[in-house]
Amino acid sequence: MAQNVNFDLSHPAVEAGLESPADENVVHDSFSQLIAEQSQNEGLSDAIELQHLQGNPDDDEGRDNVAYLSPSENRGWRIGSDEAAEEDNETQTDSLLKDRWSSATLKILSSMPSRTIGRSRGAIISQYYNRTTELRRRTQKRASIKDFSRSARPSIRGYGVEVDTTDSAEKKQERLVKNLQDLSAVDRMRMLKEMPLNLSEKKDLRRLTLEMTKRTRSSSNLPCCSYLKFQIILALRHSWYSCLSFLHSLQLWQMPLKRVGGRFGSGVLSYFLFLKTLLFFNVFLFLVLGSFLVVPQAVYPPELPESRKPFTGLELLTGGGYFSNTLLYYGYYSNHTLPNCPKNNSTRPECDSRSLSYNMPLAYFFTIGLSFFITCIILVYSMSKSFGQSFRIDKSNGMLAMKVFCSWDFKVIKRSSVKLLSENICTQLKELLGDTHHRLVRNTILDKLIKLLIHGLSWTLCLGATAGCVAGIYCFSDYMHKKQESSENDSEDPGLLKEASLLALPVLVSFINLMLPILFQLTAWMEKYNSPSLRTFVSLSRNLILKVSVLGVLCFHWLKRVAGSANGNKTFNCWESFVGQDLYRFLVIDFIFSLLDTLFGELLWRLFSDKVLKRNRRPGFDIAKNVLDLIYGQTLAWLGLLFTPLLPAVQILKLLLLFYIKMSSVMMNCQAPSRPYRVSQMTTIFITLLCFPSFLGSSVCVTYTMWRLPSSGSCGPFRGNKTMIQAGKQRIAELVDENRSLSFLADAHTYLVENPLFLFVGAAIFLIVIYFQSQVVDGQRKIIALLQEQIENEGEDKKFLITRLQSVHERKRTPARNLPSQDSGC
Amino acid sequence: MGNKQTTFTEEQLEAHNWQEGLAPHLVPLDYTNNPDIKVPMALIVTMPELKENPFRDRIVETFSEDGQGNMSFNDFVDMFSALCETAPRELKTIYAFKIYDFNRDNFICKEDLQKTLNKLTKGELTPEEVTLVCDKAIEEADLDADSKLSFSDFENMISKAPDFLSNFHVRI
Repeated sequence: MAQNVNFDLSHPAVEAGLESPADENVVHDSFSQLIAEQSQNEGLSDAIELQHLQGNPDDDEGRDNVAYLSPSENRGWRIGSDEAAEEDNETQTDSLLKDRWSSATLKILSSMPSRTIGRSRGAIISQYYNRTTELRRRTQKRASIKDFSRSARPSIRGYGVEVDTTDSAEKKQERLVKNLQDLSAVDRMRMLKEMPLNLSEKKDLRRLTLEMTKRTRSSSNLPCCSYLKFQIILALRHSWYSCLSFLHSLQLWQMPLKRVGGRFGSGVLSYFLFLKTLLFFNVFLFLVLGSFLVVPQAVYPPELPESRKPFTGLELLTGGGYFSNTLLYYGYYSNHTLPNCPKNNSTRPECDSRSLSYNMPLAYFFTIGLSFFITCIILVYSMSKSFGQSFRIDKSNGMLAMKVFCSWDFKVIKRSSVKLLSENICTQLKELLGDTHHRLVRNTILDKLIKLLIHGLSWTLCLGATAGCVAGIYCFSDYMHKKQESSENDSEDPGLLKEASLLALPVLVSFINLMLPILFQLTAWMEKYNSPSLRTFVSLSRNLILKVSVLGVLCFHWLKRVAGSANGNKTFNCWESFVGQDLYRFLVIDFIFSLLDTLFGELLWRLFSDKVLKRNRRPGFDIAKNVLDLIYGQTLAWLGLLFTPLLPAVQILKLLLLFYIKMSSVMMNCQAPSRPYRVSQMTTIFITLLCFPSFLGSSVCVTYTMWRLPSSGSCGPFRGNKTMIQAGKQRIAELVDENRSLSFLADAHTYLVENPLFLFVGAAIFLIVIYFQSQVVDGQRKIIALLQEQIENEGEDKKFLITRLQSVHERKRTPARNLPSQDSGC
Repeated sequence: MGNKQTTFTEEQLEAHNWQEGLAPHLVPLDYTNNPDIKVPMALIVTMPELKENPFRDRIVETFSEDGQGNMSFNDFVDMFSALCETAPRELKTIYAFKIYDFNRDNFICKEDLQKTLNKLTKGELTPEEVTLVCDKAIEEADLDADSKLSFSDFENMISKAPDFLSNFHVRI
């Protein structure tokens, strides 16, 4: 250490070792400057001895220096005016720190980024000044690719390095206000929200910004018409905000959700939030379909070929009988323009030339298409947002630290739940500790084989049970179908028993949906999993396979059998209405079985456990199973949209009732979950499941129906034995014939939509974009790894240089002592 | 933004209601001079949202201006706006760091971590386990190898935890 260390950057060894972007040069350059300064000014170093202030942790004023790297301007560390010498608080554990630091070393140490991110007001203001500058720069001018360096090693040059200023707080605030004023309103609000300042200070900033805005605006002379436009835009925006705030205050179910969250935590709360989301989807569908289909048809009801059957109570369950020729089903809707005015006989009062005509088949076609399209967009958007929140590119290990800091659920209020939550966290921490300690579990070959065998056995059991039940549903539906076809010829008037027999298939399916998950749970008990999340995934996938296969076989039954046998048979003459009725039945029976499940699974189990078993543990609320049930019900609702336009209303009623029933059951009977539950990951999975198997499957079915299946000849908006799409095209052609101005639509349709080249090109572009994005993600992963390595290396470099600096100082300080031992430790 | 006078009156009303809710005996009869009323910590932690929270003392201290836990109305609003659903992630990270930093030295050192753990697990872990967890946690999250967590280490670790936003949220 006593050798004359050469910090000259032009030294070949140093240059070869660095090969770094310009920023690192600055670091070492500044160090070299300071060291050079030190070696020259020997006398001064003693004079600049720092006062050791009383370390006051709350001393915000003392930490006003934030040091930065600036590639172009600064050639050295800009060290702030107030030196903070609170290092003596941290001297104990840090290996870098010694008892007597030289003043220069202290200067450098105090300006290290890790020690100056004290959130003093001045530091915050300068930081946000820099951020707003960056934002302005980004929004005003888009950086071209040329600006980015092509070095293989990622540099931090483009990453918003900040310039320190040593101005007073008022000047900083002034500049921040000026920057805020130049941002757009949205960006400004976002910046203000993000600032970790006091509320009164944020209000001051906002007030100053608005004052300055008003001042600059009034000083400029706007021409009169744009001023008026400006006022109108302002008024509109103000009314929009007040509308939004009104909607926000209407928050549905706020108190019940708060109670559930307070008692059970975020996991169970996510189920109820999911229910709320589904409710909003259905409300939207109901509004769209209602206003475009139901209301016009209700205003101009068609003449019915047969009289309506009397109302018996059974219709609420079966959907037939009194409900069969109503707005509820496809068969009721007319296939001509409303109002229906036959050319010769115009006895109806609405039939005068001045009334508006409404083309029902076109409206039906487009409304259904539009509602599916908008639902698809909303789903994909919410899925991507949720995925973005929960997906982390860099899946490195940090589990223990994350568990300690992020696992406490601040929503939980009730004392017993708090106790459970802390036990839960305790268990998780012990498990994690156990993992790291006993990684070398004695896993003999025999153990592994037995485990594999058990897993294989349980999977075979589950899949076999699923296949068996699906085959049973297939055969039973076939049997019911044949029975109905044959029984048509037996009696003219279908009795109540025959109506009730229509309920057999839904009851069977719901029963299977109820019982089989219990079997899956039993098999899962005998298996042993390495991690609880694996257990959750396996159970989720088994339930999913069951539901998908059940829905698949049902779709086959409806679309192939029922639609295929639509000739001559009175029941299946209007097969769409029949399928709609079937779906209504399925929905209602599913609801009834959910009630039964809540009753038996939760209430009776709790009573049994309390009174008979005398245990203190109540049943837990199985979140995954309940959410899958919700998704299943929503799939049925989407499937039935084409055949039963009022099905969203039924689903809304069902969800409302389900919410209150589940809420009261959970509060009375269940306890907080004892297993860990990763909320955001599971929420993402559920939204993905809602989008992919559920929505995609139902839209594929509906598309298939519209595209391939011939619609029935005597009912509905698409009468005549053609597919709905053909009928729709015919209608459009008729419309175009009537108004020549719409011919461009027909041309566009022919050249764009029907042209296979267009579709191929579109699909190819889509795939290319996906590939590109996946490459970007890969690249980002690599950059993260490289940057982490760079951080570590820079930390080492800094430590090395600081020790060098200190050693130089020590050498100067005690030259007499160091002379004999020149080669001691370096 | 409305008229300056109306916002002032609304605030007065809100502050008045808040005061009455928590500490009726402290409500001054005359609010026109907008006096600086501070509610002591002992009263704030009786709120149902905070009563059972193991970090309630630290939360109140962090958001209070004097650092002792006496909150004015503005501090109170600050606290709930940082803990609400729509607060941005950076803001929550900053305040979470302040809450977990028990000795307020802008670092989460080993003692801070031990106190956090004890509050979380309410003494269920043995001291050896506590030490082990603290050591491992610091080892995992510390990037600059100074055996304590600075804000950037903390922020980096939190950014990898997707549950942080939904957990660091108090419903009112």
